[in-house]
Amino acid sequence: MIRLIPDQSRRIRRTAEVTFWFDDAQIPAHEGEPVATALLRAGQLRLRDAPTVAEGASAARGLFCCMGACQECAVEVDGAVVEACRLEAVEGLRVRSLGRGA
Amino acid sequence: MTGDLDTDVAVLGAGPAGGNAALGAARAGLRVALVDEQQDAGGQVWRAKGKAIRAAPETPESRAGSQLRALIAASAVDHLADTRLWQIERHGPAWRLGLLQGGEPVQLTARALVVASGAREFVQPVPGWTTPGVLGLAGATALLKRDMVVPGAATIVAGTGPLVFFTAAEIRRLGGHVQAIVTPNTRADWMRALPAMLVRPDLLARGARWMADLALSGVPIHWGHALSRVIGEDRVVGAEVHPLDSDWRPAGPVREIAADSLCLGNGLVPSIEAAQLAGCPIRHDPALGGWVPDADDEGKTPVDGLFVCGDGAGIRGAAAAAYQGSLAGQGVARFLGAQVPGIGPRHLRRYRRAAAFGRAMTALSAPRPGLSSLIDDATVLCRCEGVTSGALRQAIAAGATSANATKSGLRCGMGPCGGAYCQTAVTRQIAVSTGRSEGEVPPPTARPPLRPVPLGGLAGDIAYEDLPIPKPAPL
Repeated sequence: MIRLIPDQSRRIRRTAEVTFWFDDAQIPAHEGEPVATALLRAGQLRLRDAPTVAEGASAARGLFCCMGACQECAVEVDGAVVEACRLEAVEGLRVRSLGRGA
Repeated sequence: MTGDLDTDVAVLGAGPAGGNAALGAARAGLRVALVDEQQDAGGQVWRAKGKAIRAAPETPESRAGSQLRALIAASAVDHLADTRLWQIERHGPAWRLGLLQGGEPVQLTARALVVASGAREFVQPVPGWTTPGVLGLAGATALLKRDMVVPGAATIVAGTGPLVFFTAAEIRRLGGHVQAIVTPNTRADWMRALPAMLVRPDLLARGARWMADLALSGVPIHWGHALSRVIGEDRVVGAEVHPLDSDWRPAGPVREIAADSLCLGNGLVPSIEAAQLAGCPIRHDPALGGWVPDADDEGKTPVDGLFVCGDGAGIRGAAAAAYQGSLAGQGVARFLGAQVPGIGPRHLRRYRRAAAFGRAMTALSAPRPGLSSLIDDATVLCRCEGVTSGALRQAIAAGATSANATKSGLRCGMGPCGGAYCQTAVTRQIAVSTGRSEGEVPPPTARPPLRPVPLGGLAGDIAYEDLPIPKPAPL
């Protein structure tokens, strides 16, 4: 197949792998990668449940604006609410989801 | 407060516009503080690669960003990175800005202010758009540029204007699979934009290459279609797609496309809250993306010592923003009695050429009225507060016929995003329901804090003995 836009994915060099925790799941990430991005790659799309939801609607929320504006990817680290898209992955980081029931 | 800074010119936003405004003012010999939320300058469009990327092929955007960052690093500009603006106040002739630098409160005093706050995306709300796996189109570009990660294994790229084609091309460049492109624009819309695009043959050629690549690789492009519903409960499994009439109202049979990820966006809207908070009058100009601050080519506003430039002054695109930034740098320098060397009439001509291209793209990207009929009563408009279109309709019928009224009545726009992702849809629904034009329904009054700020951050370190607590009244 002819490609005018070449696939350059193999030419990208990334930092070493680290592992962080998202609730009870171990998530691999490249050091310094936004936590939200590593979660997306790991297939963890549902990052939190919204506190206010219209009747019948799903509360599941995930990464949306990727730039720290929408706050949809908010997670908890050390008791503080932070945007997962602006939080850098480091080894052993403990990230908790917000509002997700058991 | 932990820190006080003083400067001649404060520039808000380090994208193409703010970066060049800061460089210009510094070349005029002025002290410049460049305030930006990100670690690196470049804004959304010339975004730097993230820390997890050690090496990667360059793109026109990454090169332009690297060049801007190198110029800023070599200049006398004081770049306040990782710094959020939450308050703008006037103290006599000076501006006083409330900042949070890496979480610490800082007060910055400046003689003049350049607002280069850029744009945010308008994502047309559709049923299911809050489902995890749906990314904003501009948001997806951040993921692609910063993290060089694709949104999923099979991605539908949906929306208006050139950004769908850029995003699809970037997904393919990074090894991803574009399941389909869904765009309300038709081929005829693009042909009509062609004459205006000829002023920038370089940009036109790049766009043509994206489209040719998609055609050759067999990616389906659904011209004249809209993504009308997201399928999936806790994650995206697909989407419904509708053909549109010329007003962009759904017309004709629906079809389903399977996908694990969606990018959805319908043009950019100027971020005007900082300019509003600085007291700048605004006007409605659909050709520039909606409500824009009143300003001339040099970004001079009716407010003394306040300049605006870049997409925050009206959506004209990155190329125009860079030139307009330099013009605003010259404007602010003149205001303070200085002069930027090397900015002349040729510069203004280049700005106007780039702006003509950008305006043609804005016109392609602007949603037509019928698109909002994709919303049903159960569709969430305000994601933060979970307000549905039906609830908004009831509130409007009960008399909440302004953005301020729906904000205080329903909390639309009171959530952590500050209304960034609902305001356009809300004011549009108010306009439609009350039989007014969008230009007759202004956005809500901008109020501090402009960005979410932890309360501890505002207060600084509190010593309880310093608090002025009145003595209890004698009984």
